[in-house]
Amino acid sequence: MSLDWKRWTALLAMGALAACSGAEDNGESQSVREDDEAAELVRFDLDPYPSTYSPQAGETTFVTGATIFDGAGNEIENGDVLIENGRITAVGQGLEAPEGAVIVNAAGRFITPGVIDIHSHLGDYPSPQVDAHSDGNELTQPNTAEVWAEHSVWPQDPGFARALAGGVTTLHVLPGSGNLFGGRGITLRNVAARTVQDMKFPDAPYTLKMACGENPSRVYGSRGSSPATDMGNMAGYRASWIRAADYRDSWNDHWDDPENNPAPTRDLELDTLMGVLEGEILIQMHCYRADQMAQVIDMSEEFGYQVTTFHHAVEAYKIPDLLAEADICAAVWADWGGFKMEAYDTVRENLALTHTNGACAMIHSDDALGIQRLNQEVAKALSDGRRMGLEISDAEAVSWFTSNPARALGIADETGSIEAGNRADIVIWSAHPFSTYAQADHVYIDGALMYDRANDVQPVSDFDLGQIGEGDD
Amino acid sequence: MKTIIALLAAGTALTSAAAAQDLAILNGRVITNTDQGQISSGGVLIRDGVIVSVGANIDVPDGVDTIDANGGWITPGIFAPFTQLGLIEVALEDTANDASASESEFSVALDVADSFNPNGTYIATSRIEGVTRFAVVPSTGSTVFAGLGALGDSSGDMDSLFDTQSFVFADLSQSGAGSAGGSRSAAWAFLEAAFGDARAYPGRYASGQGDALSRYDAAALVDVVRGRIPLILEVDRAADIRRAIRFAEENAPVQLVIFGAAEAWMVAGELAEAGIPVLMDPMRNLPSSFDALGSTLEAAARLDAAGVRVAYTTQTADGYFNARLLPQHAGNAVTNGVSWEAAFRAITLTPAEIFGVGDQYGALAAGYMADVVVWDGDPLEVMSAPTHVIIDGEETEMSSRQTRLRDRYADMDDTTPFGYRR
Repeated sequence: MSLDWKRWTALLAMGALAACSGAEDNGESQSVREDDEAAELVRFDLDPYPSTYSPQAGETTFVTGATIFDGAGNEIENGDVLIENGRITAVGQGLEAPEGAVIVNAAGRFITPGVIDIHSHLGDYPSPQVDAHSDGNELTQPNTAEVWAEHSVWPQDPGFARALAGGVTTLHVLPGSGNLFGGRGITLRNVAARTVQDMKFPDAPYTLKMACGENPSRVYGSRGSSPATDMGNMAGYRASWIRAADYRDSWNDHWDDPENNPAPTRDLELDTLMGVLEGEILIQMHCYRADQMAQVIDMSEEFGYQVTTFHHAVEAYKIPDLLAEADICAAVWADWGGFKMEAYDTVRENLALTHTNGACAMIHSDDALGIQRLNQEVAKALSDGRRMGLEISDAEAVSWFTSNPARALGIADETGSIEAGNRADIVIWSAHPFSTYAQADHVYIDGALMYDRANDVQPVSDFDLGQIGEGDD
Repeated sequence: MKTIIALLAAGTALTSAAAAQDLAILNGRVITNTDQGQISSGGVLIRDGVIVSVGANIDVPDGVDTIDANGGWITPGIFAPFTQLGLIEVALEDTANDASASESEFSVALDVADSFNPNGTYIATSRIEGVTRFAVVPSTGSTVFAGLGALGDSSGDMDSLFDTQSFVFADLSQSGAGSAGGSRSAAWAFLEAAFGDARAYPGRYASGQGDALSRYDAAALVDVVRGRIPLILEVDRAADIRRAIRFAEENAPVQLVIFGAAEAWMVAGELAEAGIPVLMDPMRNLPSSFDALGSTLEAAARLDAAGVRVAYTTQTADGYFNARLLPQHAGNAVTNGVSWEAAFRAITLTPAEIFGVGDQYGALAAGYMADVVVWDGDPLEVMSAPTHVIIDGEETEMSSRQTRLRDRYADMDDTTPFGYRR
């Protein structure tokens, strides 16, 4: 096809949203207007809920004398970081502070990039866990690719502030795992805000949550409907990809020759799947067992799409070679398992083994408490790996909660490492971040000091305000 | 507390004790949990499964095996006070989960000793992380009463429960209110009525029925009502904890223990005065329910400062797979204001005391049973791990099903087919 999703996106970027006569009965078209260059084409808005995130104003800040783990695999002793206009402008040893900069003496302390959690349900399963807050799993049919997690995110979840105290600056909020296709995920800045649009990470790619294994087959099997088995899961995915490919072809036919091919009817579910087939939407797939991940890899080749990350992936250590060959990351816990059969083969060395044997690996939380101490989770995974003889530096392991999740979310050119040009998302830790006793002293997001432990600078959600727990960590 | 302590008193040795050897552990920082405090370099001498001396300079008799702690830490074993070890192998599989019995006609009389499996794989995974003793706690089914708990060790021996019918667990939190009919009022009415039944047992049942319990369940509650074994009550909200304190006063000599306790710090003075101990997770800090709006990382320090006897749990993780994370939870208590010594006691000696076995477990002192762990660093640091775990004087295997799986898949270049690697 000569016209594809990328061109569609490019035209959108030019504001070329146009209608043709053949599609005037397509009532779902949005933002349709005439354009001289592309008057024959129907377009719809790919970003109808745009980010309105605006960084807090920060000062020119010079952090000096710290041990820096830059997230890109380097450790810099007695290092300095310069933050200007919300961006990192210099990092290294012996830098000069510009005149007027706020000087932060971090001697004896440690700096890492802001923590990134690639698997969170903050906002869509918020605290308190009451019935009205169960907004993460649209368990009404096995394919709900049409739902978007951002539409469930409650910005007043008290968990966001607790995560900030643990150094989290960016998080990826997913729908739950009860469906084969759970819906779109969303990448957020961890900032207190009135609306989710004010939290959306600008220009971060959309993601699609999929789920392997027990959850979908249990949910739908117990209702006597499909999928009821692992093979039913695979059939369900494949049938959906076939429909998605047809949908994409219909659009491309239309764009190729609108006179003879009327625009298809908009379908929210298939819009998302088409975005995956065109490489614009990243697959974040819940999958525990090695054999199931291998099946999914074959399926992705069958339909020509890329899986970006397997989440939970408790058996990633069994197939690091397959993951590396397919260029798929594994996002895992340090040591959780046993809660269901597909989590039975958890080993503490999963992250370290997967990493050392050549695949991209990272930590994740999937938990409103775990997200508060991903540094400790990485420390456990690292020490368990070293204890079995794996050679992994501290600086490499820092990438497990910084640059690797940034890469898997498609935002590595913006955050996840302390490099000139990146957003100034930085944590100053009171001690080595792999110590139980380390705390995030300062957390900067886009160069603004959003959390300052000593000076009680911290957000308090509307929910916490006026309650017993207001202001407590 | 039944059976096994009586056997010990009668001089009948347990299998594990019978296999115990003489052993000296030397060259480490010794945490005693006694007036001896920390010994910066010293050791422990064990004879017949019992500690005979602890100090900077231990006389090691000829022929006694020694373990070199290599400058690491020598501590009492971890005592996990709230677990489902041996009850759950796969939580979501009913056939591999004996923690609760919502279909049972019985409640208090459900005895975890009949469900406990010493070969459950998480006993070994807990042991190699330093957990040597644990309480096995049933989960609630259809009433506020979960049943009778037991105390075990992590040796994996077939008789590794060293005390049974050791306590009763009941849930009087919002979930207990739900199972009692929909309100806290219903839950407390049920509990009060159940106590009345047990107090009037067996007379009441000779002529009729109990108000709340069947005859068999009332019989199981008698030891609680008479204060012979503790009643562990799950409650979080400050007002509910005050209600529980009043219940304890009105039902003396009941031995009450509070589990959960999210807002216990708000009534810490009253708990301390009443001498009611608390089992709580120092990492719990979210307003997870309207019972727990006061959850905070500072709760452990506030309770400690008020003089409440506190033991830590892994409530926010789980009680079967990750009871092994207790040292991490205690370490986070230190990070948030508890002294190291108090936090370490809260996962060793204090839980042993709460269960009435603090004169045998939880400290390194002459006369204590020899549960000793050697660590390669500060046990509350997440990067540290045990190098040796001794239970009843016997050194245990440092492997588990998980380490076997790890080793099978460690070398991707090995040409042996995976299924043949052992």
